[in-house]
Amino acid sequence: MTQSGSKLRAVIVDDEDLARQVIRELLGEHSEIEIIAECANGFEAVKAVTELKPDLLFLDIQMPKLDGFEVLELIGTNMAIVFATAYDQHALRAFEVHAVDYLLKPFGAERFEQALNRAKQRIGGKLPPAAALKASTRAAGEYAERVVVRDGTRVHIIPVTKLDYAEAQDDYVALASEGKKHLKQQTISSMESSLDPDRFLRIHRSYVVNLERVTKIEPFGKDTHLAILSDGTRLPVSRSGYGRLRAVLDAKT
Amino acid sequence: MHPILGYPRRLGLYLFAWLILSELLFYVVTFHSGVGWFESAAFFFPLCILYGFVCLSAWYSCRGIPIEGTSFSGLVFPHLLAAIIVSIFWLVLAKAMARILSNFPRFQGLDQRIAGDFRLLPAIGVLLYLLVVALFYVLLAQEASREAEQRESKARVLARDAELRALKAQVNPHFLFNSLHSISALTSSDPKRAREMCIALADFLRATLGLGEKTLIPLQEELSLIHSFLAVEKIRFGTRLQMEENVDQQVLDCMVPPLILQPLIENAVAHGIANLTEGGWIRLHAGYLEKNSSVRIEVENTFDPEAPARRKSGVGLANVRQRLDTRYGNNARFSVEKNGELFHVGLVLPAERRAVMA
Repeated sequence: MTQSGSKLRAVIVDDEDLARQVIRELLGEHSEIEIIAECANGFEAVKAVTELKPDLLFLDIQMPKLDGFEVLELIGTNMAIVFATAYDQHALRAFEVHAVDYLLKPFGAERFEQALNRAKQRIGGKLPPAAALKASTRAAGEYAERVVVRDGTRVHIIPVTKLDYAEAQDDYVALASEGKKHLKQQTISSMESSLDPDRFLRIHRSYVVNLERVTKIEPFGKDTHLAILSDGTRLPVSRSGYGRLRAVLDAKT
Repeated sequence: MHPILGYPRRLGLYLFAWLILSELLFYVVTFHSGVGWFESAAFFFPLCILYGFVCLSAWYSCRGIPIEGTSFSGLVFPHLLAAIIVSIFWLVLAKAMARILSNFPRFQGLDQRIAGDFRLLPAIGVLLYLLVVALFYVLLAQEASREAEQRESKARVLARDAELRALKAQVNPHFLFNSLHSISALTSSDPKRAREMCIALADFLRATLGLGEKTLIPLQEELSLIHSFLAVEKIRFGTRLQMEENVDQQVLDCMVPPLILQPLIENAVAHGIANLTEGGWIRLHAGYLEKNSSVRIEVENTFDPEAPARRKSGVGLANVRQRLDTRYGNNARFSVEKNGELFHVGLVLPAERRAVMA
């Protein structure tokens, strides 16, 4: 992945110009590292990383459009990631997504060198497989308020209130929202666990449904049922899924 | 806990009162009938003390029938009924005691000699029982007022604690860290601006430090605090941060709780400007409302409704609301509105000038 000689290619993501300037300046000492892009928000970051495939990513957490963790969710972690933020409460999550280091602003040259060295070691060795990291990009005990999906270099943000259902499709989930389907590389189980169980329910091996959308349940063949959604979509309900769905709907009425 | 049985001192006093009563009965009876003083004492002391204990049960019915919210008949009938039942019980007890005592040679024929006085007992019993009921109501009222007092002083302490905590929470450490990071960036690229930012940051910190002891400051002081805060943020965000201010001169000397507006501005920056790639604006408006002589302050800013949720959002606003509540109660109003890409916070507080406060 390292092209243009043996130079490491780095992308800096931070919404504050002065914060990017610090990293730019500190990298100025390193001729072996080339800055190939600077991004001021999450969308730009997703676009730059998917197009340029850098070796090294400096990433702020709180940014416009997408936060740092959402960016990682969309681009995978197939590069060395160094977080740089003023917030120490995200450190645990950062290491859960296998970040190389977590720089607390303000940081000086010495601390930065340390992070850089760790990043180089990581790049020299083996990078962890991206697939194993999915779904850990959320704080424990909190459920997603929105789901981010990447379509090429474009990003869609789907608030969970607008998510009708999710359908497993091999390594992907198809997210149905407002009449459209968005594909996301994630397992249905990890999608299920990221959603609030009071609002979403696994009704079938391949389906998680937004409970607010379910208008009717009809018997369908032996042991199975169909859930009819408010837009007329019919989703299969397995036997165990039917038990769970009945329990929830009965509790509500 | 029973208000008499639970306290040995009170129980002693109570029984002492009953002893005096029994003394009274004893005198009346010894005078009128041919009952000797020893016989009379041996009969009336235990009888009265026993009845005294029986009457203590009135506490439970008193607690069950509060004076407030109970009609007159609802109050009188149950207690009267209880009094009658208890005094009948007393009468039966007295008769039984007299009979038992008569079996001893020393008290021979006591039941016959004393029988005439038994007519008095039910009336006295009812009266005494009702007296005890009254006593319990007095004790209940006393307890209620003490509780109310305790609750009030506890609420006062809580309110002050909340206020102090709110003040401490105001100076956001992340604001400090981010600012220091910006300064560290400027030291090499633009030392002059680095110095400016240091000074702006120091101004802001100094202003907030002095506020701990004050309960009210002139609006003007709060505004200058906001100005030094924004001076720092302006260097951080550059042209992304636009500020517009429109303050009526006649409200500048109105008193406001310290750091009541700064969190609103900080919110507008952190949740509004910081989430907008192209930046946005904050509008601060303060004016005087003639008709109810109050100050109306509005903070409006642009924000991205689709921005990623920040964990701490809402805490700053809740703090401001709570502080206004404890300070002004119903005399202040606080509103938060989201309208498309506009976030609007409005507050109205009574216009208090320095002269009034001094």
